[in-house]
Amino acid sequence: MDFKNEVWVFIEQRDGKPADVSFELLCKGSKLAETMGGILKALVIGSDTDEIAKLTFKYGAEEAIVFDHPSLKNFRTVPYARILQNLVKEHVPRIVLFGATIIGRDLAPRVASHTKSGLTADCTDLQISDVKYLSQNHSKLLLQIRPAFGGNIIATIITPDVPTQMATVREGVMELCLLDKPKKEKITKLEYQPDPVDELVQIIKQHREENKVNLKAAPIIVAGGYGLRTKENFRMIEELAHTIGAEVAGSRAAVDAGFVAPDRQVGQTGVTVRPKLYIAIGISGAIQHRAGMQESNKIIAINNDPNAPIFDVAHYGIVGDATTVIPQFIEVYKHKLK
Amino acid sequence: MYNSIVLVKQVPDTANISGKVMKDDGTVNRSKLPAIFNYEDKVSLELALQIKERYGGKVIALTMGPPRASDILRECLFMGADEVYLISDRKFAGADTLATSYVLSEAVNQIGEYDFIFAGRQAIDGDTAQVGPQTAEKLNIPQITYTEEIIDIKDDKIQIKRKIDGGYEIVESKLPVLLTVLKDVVTPRPFSAKRVMAYKGAKSLIELEKLTEENSLLYIDKLVHEYKERGLYINTLTTDDMNIDVTRCGLKGSPTKVFKVESVILASGGHKKIEATRNGIGELVDQLMNDHIFG
Repeated sequence: MDFKNEVWVFIEQRDGKPADVSFELLCKGSKLAETMGGILKALVIGSDTDEIAKLTFKYGAEEAIVFDHPSLKNFRTVPYARILQNLVKEHVPRIVLFGATIIGRDLAPRVASHTKSGLTADCTDLQISDVKYLSQNHSKLLLQIRPAFGGNIIATIITPDVPTQMATVREGVMELCLLDKPKKEKITKLEYQPDPVDELVQIIKQHREENKVNLKAAPIIVAGGYGLRTKENFRMIEELAHTIGAEVAGSRAAVDAGFVAPDRQVGQTGVTVRPKLYIAIGISGAIQHRAGMQESNKIIAINNDPNAPIFDVAHYGIVGDATTVIPQFIEVYKHKLK
Repeated sequence: MYNSIVLVKQVPDTANISGKVMKDDGTVNRSKLPAIFNYEDKVSLELALQIKERYGGKVIALTMGPPRASDILRECLFMGADEVYLISDRKFAGADTLATSYVLSEAVNQIGEYDFIFAGRQAIDGDTAQVGPQTAEKLNIPQITYTEEIIDIKDDKIQIKRKIDGGYEIVESKLPVLLTVLKDVVTPRPFSAKRVMAYKGAKSLIELEKLTEENSLLYIDKLVHEYKERGLYINTLTTDDMNIDVTRCGLKGSPTKVFKVESVILASGGHKKIEATRNGIGELVDQLMNDHIFG
C-alpha cells in the first residue's frame, strides 16, 4: 500500500485555551513525520480558534486544518467525532495522535471505531520502524509502546493492516520543544456541517478550577507511596515538602488508598514529571510509576526494602523506614539552611 | 420504565500476578490468573439497579469472555440483574477494543430495546477506556463518559454530572445513551443471601454441555429447557447465534496487534547509597546544595 504519510495531531482546547499535551504531541509528531518522509498537520476544532491555529506552527505543524463555529466552542463528543471521522475517511492520514485526557479518551475511540482504525491508549513512547510481522514486511510502521498488565510487561503494539494508526499519549510524556523558527503558516478553514445528532447532548453548565496543582512546573517533588501505610504517616511527606519548598505527589497505590488527591498522582495513569529533584518515599517503583518520573534530573529513593525497583532509577538511595528518615531529613535540612 | 443493559467484564486480578501468564503470541493466558469482576462495571450495575428500583424496568447484564466469565454473571444475578448473557466463542479470542465493541454492539442489537447502556469507565487489565465509546459509536447512540452522578431522569432525557479535565460539567442527553461510570459513583450492594441461594446453580450453555459430557443420561436440549423453566439459564450466544461477520471478531478483526512483549528488566542500580543517619543525610543535603538544587 502507498500512503501519503500524513501525521495528524488533534489540538485540544478548553474554554478556548489549548492543552499543553497537544503541543507536546506536535513536537513528537513532527519527528515521526520527518522519519516517515511525511508532513505534520494540526486539527483545530472550536470557536475563535485563530490564535490556537497560529500557535501550532511554533511546534512543528506544517498545516492547520480548522473548523471554527460557535456551536463547536465546547467539546461535545458527537459533533467533534463526526468532523474527525469524515476527515480521516477522506484524507486517510497514516497517524493520528490525541492527548490521553478526558476529552481525548472520549473522542479517539469514537473516531477509531467509525473509521475502523487501530487505537492504542496511553503510549509512553512512539517510534517509526520497519517491521516484519507474521512473515510480512511492513515499512515505516508506528510502534506504540506502553506498559501493560499491571506494569509487568512493556508491550509494543502495531497496526499493520489498516491505513490509519491512532494513539493517545498522556500529558507530559513527550517533551515540549518550541521551534526557534516557526513553520510557515498554512491555515485551511473547512466548514462545519451541523447535523441534528450533534445536539443530542447539551452542556448545561461547566465548572473548572484553575490549575490548583501544577506538578509539571514544580522544581522539586516529594512523592509518597503505599509504604507510608497510613494517612497520618503521609502527613510527613507534606511536612518534608513544605520544609524544602516542594510539591507533594503520590503513587497510584497512595492515591487509591486515599492518602493523597488524584490530581497529585505521578505515573502512567497520572502526571509525568521531570523536576530537578524527585524524592520517592515508600514507593516500590512499579513500571507505571517510573514511567512518570524517571526523566527527573535527580532522584532520591527512600525505602525499607533494599531490593525495591525504585532504587534502579535512583541517583541516591536511602534504605530505611520513612517514619525515621523523614524527620531526620527535615531536621538536617533546617540545620544546614538556617 | 427504563431498561438498562450493563456491559461487564471479568478481568485478571492485575494487582496479584504471578507465574508465566503471557502466551508466545503476546496475548494473555487468562486461565493462569485469578479472575475478578471489574469493579467499575460492578458500580455501573449498581447504578442500573437503582434506576430500576426507582423507575421500574429491567436490568440485563452482558459479558464477552471465556466460559468461566459466567462466574461474574452469577454475581450479577446475586446483586439483582433480571437476565444475563454470556457472549462466548473461540473466534472472539484475542480481540482488541475494536473487535470487542463490534461483538458487544451486535449482541446488544440482538437482545433488544434499551434506554441505557452502562459500562465501567475502564477495565483494570487494559486501562484503555475505549470499549464504551466504541460500542456507543457502533450502536449509533451518544455517550457520556466519566459519569460522576445521575442528577435526574425525566421522559426521554437524563441529566448527568461528569468529570472533565480540571473540573466537572452537567450535561443533558436524549435516550438511548451509553454511560461509562467512575468508581466512586455508588457502592455496589452486597449479594442478597436469598438471591445467592436462588441463582448459585445458574448455568451457561457451555456449563450445561459439560454436564452432558459427564453424564450420558442427560440431553442438552432438555437440560437447557429445564434450566430456562427454573430461571437458571445463563443465555449464551456464540457466533452461530448471532448475525455477525467473523472476520471482524477476535484477533482477526483486531487492527492492533501485539508485536513484542518484554518483561520489565531493571537497569542495574547505579545509585549512590546514603546511610540513614544524620551524617549520611547531611552529606546528601550538602551535595544537593552544591548542585544548586537546595538553597
